[in-house]
Amino acid sequence: MRRAILTSQRLLAVFLTGMLLLFSPIVSLFDRPLFWLGIPMIYLYLFSVWAILIAAMALIISSSQK
Amino acid sequence: MLGGPLIVVTSFLYLGLLFAIAYWADRRADQGRSVIAHPTVYALSLAVYCTAWTYYGSVGRAVQSGIGFLPIYLGPTLGAALWVFLLLKMIRVSKSQRITSIADFISSRHGKSHLLGGLVTVIAVVGVVPYIALQLKAVSNSFTILMHYPDITMPGSATALPIWQDTALYVALLLALFTILFGTRHLDASERHEGLVAAIAFESIVKLVALTAVGLFVTFGLYGGFADIMQQAQEAGLLQSMMNATSVSDQNWFTFSFLAAMAVILLPRQFQVAVVENSSERHISRAVWLFPLYLLLINIFVLPIALAGQLAFPDGRVDADTFVLTLPIAHGQEWLAMFSYLGGLSAATGMVIVETIALSTMVCNDLVMPVLLRHWRTRSVPADLTAVLLRVRRGAIFGILLLGYTYFHVAGEAYALVSIGLISFAAVAQFAPTMIGGLYWRGGTEAGALAGLGAGFTIWLYTLLLPSFAKSGWLPMTFLDSGPFGINLLAPQALFGLQGMNEISHTLFWSLTANIGAYLTVSLLRPPNAEETAQASLFVDAMKYDRPAIGLWRGNAEVTELKRLASRFLGRDKVDTAFAEFSRNRGTGYNPAQPADAETVHFAETLLTGAIGSASARVMVASVAQEEPLGLEEVMGILDEASRIRAYSKELEQKSRELEAATAELREANTRLQELDQLKDDFMSSVTHELRTPLTSIRAFSEMLLDDPRIKLDDRKRFLGIIVGETERLTRLVNQVLDLARIESGRGEWTTGEVDLAQLIRQSIETTGQLFRDKGTEVETRIPEGDFRVWADRDRLLQVMLNLLSNAVKFVPAGSGRIIITLSGGDEDYQVSVADNGPGISAGQQEQIFEKFQRGDGDNLANPMGTGLGLPISRQIIEHFGGHLWVESPPGKGAIFSFRMPKGSAKLPASETGSSDEPAYIDRG
Amino acid sequence: MSQHILIVDDEKNIAISVDYLLRREGYEVSVAHDGEEGLRRIRDDRPDLVLLDIMMPKLNGFEVCEAVRQDPELAGVRIVMLTAKGRDAEKEKGLALGADAYITKPFATRELVSQVKALLQPTT
Repeated sequence: MRRAILTSQRLLAVFLTGMLLLFSPIVSLFDRPLFWLGIPMIYLYLFSVWAILIAAMALIISSSQK
Repeated sequence: MLGGPLIVVTSFLYLGLLFAIAYWADRRADQGRSVIAHPTVYALSLAVYCTAWTYYGSVGRAVQSGIGFLPIYLGPTLGAALWVFLLLKMIRVSKSQRITSIADFISSRHGKSHLLGGLVTVIAVVGVVPYIALQLKAVSNSFTILMHYPDITMPGSATALPIWQDTALYVALLLALFTILFGTRHLDASERHEGLVAAIAFESIVKLVALTAVGLFVTFGLYGGFADIMQQAQEAGLLQSMMNATSVSDQNWFTFSFLAAMAVILLPRQFQVAVVENSSERHISRAVWLFPLYLLLINIFVLPIALAGQLAFPDGRVDADTFVLTLPIAHGQEWLAMFSYLGGLSAATGMVIVETIALSTMVCNDLVMPVLLRHWRTRSVPADLTAVLLRVRRGAIFGILLLGYTYFHVAGEAYALVSIGLISFAAVAQFAPTMIGGLYWRGGTEAGALAGLGAGFTIWLYTLLLPSFAKSGWLPMTFLDSGPFGINLLAPQALFGLQGMNEISHTLFWSLTANIGAYLTVSLLRPPNAEETAQASLFVDAMKYDRPAIGLWRGNAEVTELKRLASRFLGRDKVDTAFAEFSRNRGTGYNPAQPADAETVHFAETLLTGAIGSASARVMVASVAQEEPLGLEEVMGILDEASRIRAYSKELEQKSRELEAATAELREANTRLQELDQLKDDFMSSVTHELRTPLTSIRAFSEMLLDDPRIKLDDRKRFLGIIVGETERLTRLVNQVLDLARIESGRGEWTTGEVDLAQLIRQSIETTGQLFRDKGTEVETRIPEGDFRVWADRDRLLQVMLNLLSNAVKFVPAGSGRIIITLSGGDEDYQVSVADNGPGISAGQQEQIFEKFQRGDGDNLANPMGTGLGLPISRQIIEHFGGHLWVESPPGKGAIFSFRMPKGSAKLPASETGSSDEPAYIDRG
Repeated sequence: MSQHILIVDDEKNIAISVDYLLRREGYEVSVAHDGEEGLRRIRDDRPDLVLLDIMMPKLNGFEVCEAVRQDPELAGVRIVMLTAKGRDAEKEKGLALGADAYITKPFATRELVSQVKALLQPTT
């Protein structure tokens, strides 16, 4: 039971981190016409954050099922 | 070569395959070997979220607004992190109440209100039917485009065609038939549609693979990868304009994300797959990350396709919404085009089927049933209600799809259809306050929910739907610009003069403000009544109870009557099975002739809820049971009682846990005592043995001397010598046993003071000097210059040294023995070592020799005077002063006994008290 | 021919006293100082009676007794357990393993002698 609470709190932390990375002024830092490896920076940033959030959630879930 | 017949046949084959999968999954379910009871299948079924609007529309949105297509998927990703709270609770409630739709959920929460269920159904139908129309349009358009292969022709306006030539009509009819075939197999809507879910999961794979195939073809077949497309697009000036189109600081960025996060659980089809079709709460865990991963994957190639499409069709003649299909066509990839078309078809059909089933459940249970119930009040009820219900549900499916088609036919290319995705999202967002609020707030009432939903829905209609009609030319544009009757304040998209917001954000702000405001305000006007309080408790406390609170019912009902009622809706066999299982679970048989108790009535009502919704079930049960209405006070009383019982049982659990812990402690203490007892016993036995051994010799010789006066003088002397020696041994033994007992029990007397180790060593060598000389043993000391003072009992320490030295001399070979005594100083302590060149001590015995009465091999023979207590006592003494005594014995190099003592005169051992200034004192601790 | 008695005891002084006592009674006596040596001497010398201590290095008295009783060739050897372990359980164990008598240390010399004599009487 305590394990389950810990898992949900970790997921809540992921949610808050996601809010910060996607909906705060931080995201506008990358919203510029800059390119990295020929790909627009904002595009790369959003997909990276997205992938990292998913990975974090998967990690949290898998660790809770051990 | 592609052509009409081939496309039609392929489409039918695809639908046939879907049906085969559904049929197979249903069969498996009937055999009890579910294929959908798997977390991955659950996550894939949630991907019914991705409709043709995603499949074709994302590319269109990307062309229009750059990264603007992403919030629709980022929102649900973040929202998924909260599913372990929110979705879990929704599922828990729905399962225990057999809730089968959003309408039933909201209605049940607020006192099982027919009115509320009806309103939610209306909002859902109005909000979602255009969305269905959009799917029909997508299928019909993609069909038309593919028909003209290899030419690229944009489909004309659907309104221009006569109805019987309209593909969309046939698509709609076909889908209706398909949905009816496996959407209404079971009447009890709370029973999962296993086949349906399997088919939906399959469709999710098809659309993902198809879109990825097109993406790979475009990115790596037509271009040299992502960077290549980006570079060419940049050279063509496309990228800049797209990147500038939407900024993350737009209101849209957050608004769309929020809407999407809500829609992913509040859209009727999403509720259907996420809650109603869920087969295990544990599946949520996988979906939390797998569903967002699906969304990520399906969006990877959106931007490349959007850019490639614009590069391929620079004149803007080709609609960006069709790039997924037209790019393969333009490059002569007929099979890829076909596959792409199938992907779109799967996206559209998945959405339409699930959405229609979800809506038909609502329409049947919350719109038609109340009417029928009223109708039956005056007329006779048909005997077989099962057939009636099935007809109603099938009719609803048909009706909803026809409604969708009609909307498509009328709206066609109009703005009202194109932007419908987000408009639908905004409509279902109106459910959020009553649904999510109702899960956590007890105060919501039926009136409050009606007011909130009504207000939110009205504002949505006024500020979003009507303007979309105006933009489609069905209402005068002046209505939009300057409000009805020229009242500027009422301008739909600048309500009360609120300007500077885009339309969706504007609507969302006003509608949710009105919705939440009305829900709270009206709910707070009066306290919840008995029914509302009872239901609120079931929802809000869902995670606390294992079983719903029973007992909120009082009256007269008979089990046979209840069964007869349920059988009319569900069929006799099913009801018999359900009741049998129910009484088995309760552990009590039931007597059909006896009146039903509250739990049985509740069970019957829940069973019916699965088929006809909670409000209708309540009405039906009331018709066979004479219910005495419970007052609010009584309901509160029962709930209080229930919570008291729960608190009490929690307390009991706590107590019994504590008791268990105490018992375990006691048991452990007992075991330890027994062990100690055993040790004491062993010690006593050893002491006895050691005492008897010398006594034996003493007695035997004494008796012989006494009995036989003829013994020779020499023998007499020898025997008397032995007697004296054994007596000394006995004395030593008694002294050492007492000594050890005192030290161990903490009653030892210690005269503590400063002791110079160097001096101590010299004294010990002097004392044992005769022993060394007797055995011809050479003694060497290695004592450096310096201060080696420790805080200890001088005599005790001498005892240790003497013991070590006499041990050493005992084992060295006679004549060639050599003993080295070394004193050295570390940072915190001094070390004294006594090394001999005897046989050494085997590794197995190195610890054993410190145990009482355990001697090394050959000890007794070499020295019959050893007691086996010297080393244990020495170790106790050294440890008493915070030091450590141990032995090392490298093979073939003799034994090295060493002890370490903490440095310093001022330092007292931890166990001692008193000031360090005292030169000596008696320790009794 | 005088009968042969083997004393197996690691306590030198006890061995000396018993040796003297039994020689005086006219028996032929030899001494072994641990269990291993004792067993070897039993096999080699075939004594008529063994006085066997229990707590000894290498092989204890119980083990020696057991080994003797498992060897059919040594069937004629009488065994008297002679030990400072005075518990009843030990005594029972010794008798169960096939000892003929059990004498607790310290013993009365007369009792030891009469016990030995009694055991050696019938065979002669």
